[in-house]
Amino acid sequence: MSRFLGFVKKEFHHIFRDPRTMLILFGMPIAQILIFGYVVSNEITDVKIGVYDKSKDHVTHEITNKITSSGFFILSENLNSDQEIEDVFKKGIIREVIVFESNFAEKLERDGSAGIQIIADASDANTANIVTNYTQSIINNYVKNELLAQGLPYEIVPEVRMLYNDELKGVYMFVPGTMALILMLVSAMMTSISIAREKEMGTMEVLLVSPLKPLPIVIGKVIPYMVLSFINAVVIIALSYFVFEMPIQGNLVFLLLETLLFIFMALSLGILISTASNSQLVAMFISMFALMLPTMLLSGFIFPIENMPKILQWFSTIMPARYFIVIVKNIMIKGSGIGIVWKETLIIAGMTVFFLVMSIKKFKVRLE
Amino acid sequence: MNEIAVEVQNLKKSYEKEEAVKGVSFSVSKGELFGLIGPDGAGKTSILRIITTLLFPTEGKITVLDSDVVKDYKKIRTNIGYMPQRFSLYQDLSVEENLTFFARIFGTTIEENYDLIKDIYSHIEPFKDRLAGKLSGGMKQKLALSCALIHSPDILILDEPTTGVDAVSRKEFWEMLIRLKEKGITILVSTPYMDEANLCDRVALIQNGDIMSIDTPEKIIGDFGQKLWAVKSNNIYQLINDLRRLDFIDTVFPFGEFLHVTSNTEDLNITELKSILNEKNHLGIKIQQVEANIEDCFMQLMTK
Repeated sequence: MSRFLGFVKKEFHHIFRDPRTMLILFGMPIAQILIFGYVVSNEITDVKIGVYDKSKDHVTHEITNKITSSGFFILSENLNSDQEIEDVFKKGIIREVIVFESNFAEKLERDGSAGIQIIADASDANTANIVTNYTQSIINNYVKNELLAQGLPYEIVPEVRMLYNDELKGVYMFVPGTMALILMLVSAMMTSISIAREKEMGTMEVLLVSPLKPLPIVIGKVIPYMVLSFINAVVIIALSYFVFEMPIQGNLVFLLLETLLFIFMALSLGILISTASNSQLVAMFISMFALMLPTMLLSGFIFPIENMPKILQWFSTIMPARYFIVIVKNIMIKGSGIGIVWKETLIIAGMTVFFLVMSIKKFKVRLE
Repeated sequence: MNEIAVEVQNLKKSYEKEEAVKGVSFSVSKGELFGLIGPDGAGKTSILRIITTLLFPTEGKITVLDSDVVKDYKKIRTNIGYMPQRFSLYQDLSVEENLTFFARIFGTTIEENYDLIKDIYSHIEPFKDRLAGKLSGGMKQKLALSCALIHSPDILILDEPTTGVDAVSRKEFWEMLIRLKEKGITILVSTPYMDEANLCDRVALIQNGDIMSIDTPEKIIGDFGQKLWAVKSNNIYQLINDLRRLDFIDTVFPFGEFLHVTSNTEDLNITELKSILNEKNHLGIKIQQVEANIEDCFMQLMTK
């Protein structure tokens, strides 16, 4: 145990004595979260929606058809009660629910106006905004082309409601993504670099010719970064809570546990990278290209996954960050518990085990 | 005293297509100071890395303290102290932190083995708070040696410990090695400096992955078997060319400010040689018979 603690202590010395490491560890996360607190616009296709038709007459059918045949939306659920609306949103598949009031056609004929409610999941502020705008313009077109063209002075009043994030704050979307990105980068990149550095400096040669086994070497390397990454995650959450006033609806302890799991996953990925690289430069390149870019582009952080080409959607399923973003959004914005995000949690845990087993297998006890 | 510490039998090592070590055999007795002497690229580092279990041998059987380097590598690793060719300590840790770290990973403390390293460590102890990266070359080597010794290994393996170190530090370093040998530690050291061979009990002369000769330095010098002259003039370059053109001259190699020359004939007529060189306009000619040293032997073995 003393051997191991000696090793961990040495790692902390390395970190605290290198100003560049310190800058990447603590300067970058704060800068990124502040920079990414802005919105990037994007487009939509094939958004899954639900329809709660209280009236079920020919007009509501026609409007539903118009919406689903527009190419932007896919009708995935027919709902039958108000309660179900909340439920389908929690599942996270459906982005928007359209509610027709009862006796829709009748009211339209009798009073000349009827109401439609458009409810959107605004935890992803951009998508919610775009989705509701599209829906409204389809309804407006229908009124103009079908009703007014026939000389019917009817009016349909859409009422838009944003669920979970009614102020449409873009930062809600960026905080989870930035958190994933930073933890991935700090944990995976820094560990892989620090192990590669031992190889590059030749100290690995001396470590190998010591009674220290590979596992303690690797774990000793990882622990300091685990501690520091966790501090980082707490800083990010605190920043988003106090600076951007992002809510934390769910259990904070649960959120931190999930974060810890993600950090652990990123660290094991870092170890795996280091087994494949003999110099700091190679480790950094692999981390950059294999981790940072895909995490930014394919995890749903910047571009919604449902708008990607099929191939990229496939790729995104192997991005650990994708699942972490879903988890963080659910916990922070919707207040979900393990009952909702168990699947994502399991996937990340599985990836962790996979990376760990791979890296222990690949760790060389010799120089070749 | 004659027990075997390291036994190497027909060791071969290839990197992809290149054969770096071409079947060498030697053994190091316990308590011996054994030197692998040869120029850069001769295969010294490969041999030492295989003995320290860091590389696999392509062929051959190597045992360290009766343990096989492939099968029992874990056992060997606890019994050897290894100092790689490059300075491989943590440059961003202080002298004392480095030593403490290596003591701890070997499950010991500085105090426990202080006797063993006292001689060496006392030189650098005044700088124990300095970062290792800021030490001079000689001090770095002393620190590396202290770290390799901190767990009191049975065998010390040093890969070119004095390369890039000034002459005074080199001398000090070898004095330390000899004192360690007196404490009963087996030492296997590689070096490109021929003059260091004389300080070893036995040496193996290595060239291009082959051992040319293994023996005590005295014996190797005794086997030289030719008389040797040191020749000098004001124009060394011209002198090399002129001497090589003379048919009674066997070999000519530069050695410091002199040329070391052997003859085809039993003896060399110094006055005759002087007059020949005078005719070729050489000035300040000096010729004297000298004793052969290891480098002369190495050159002789190389040309065979």
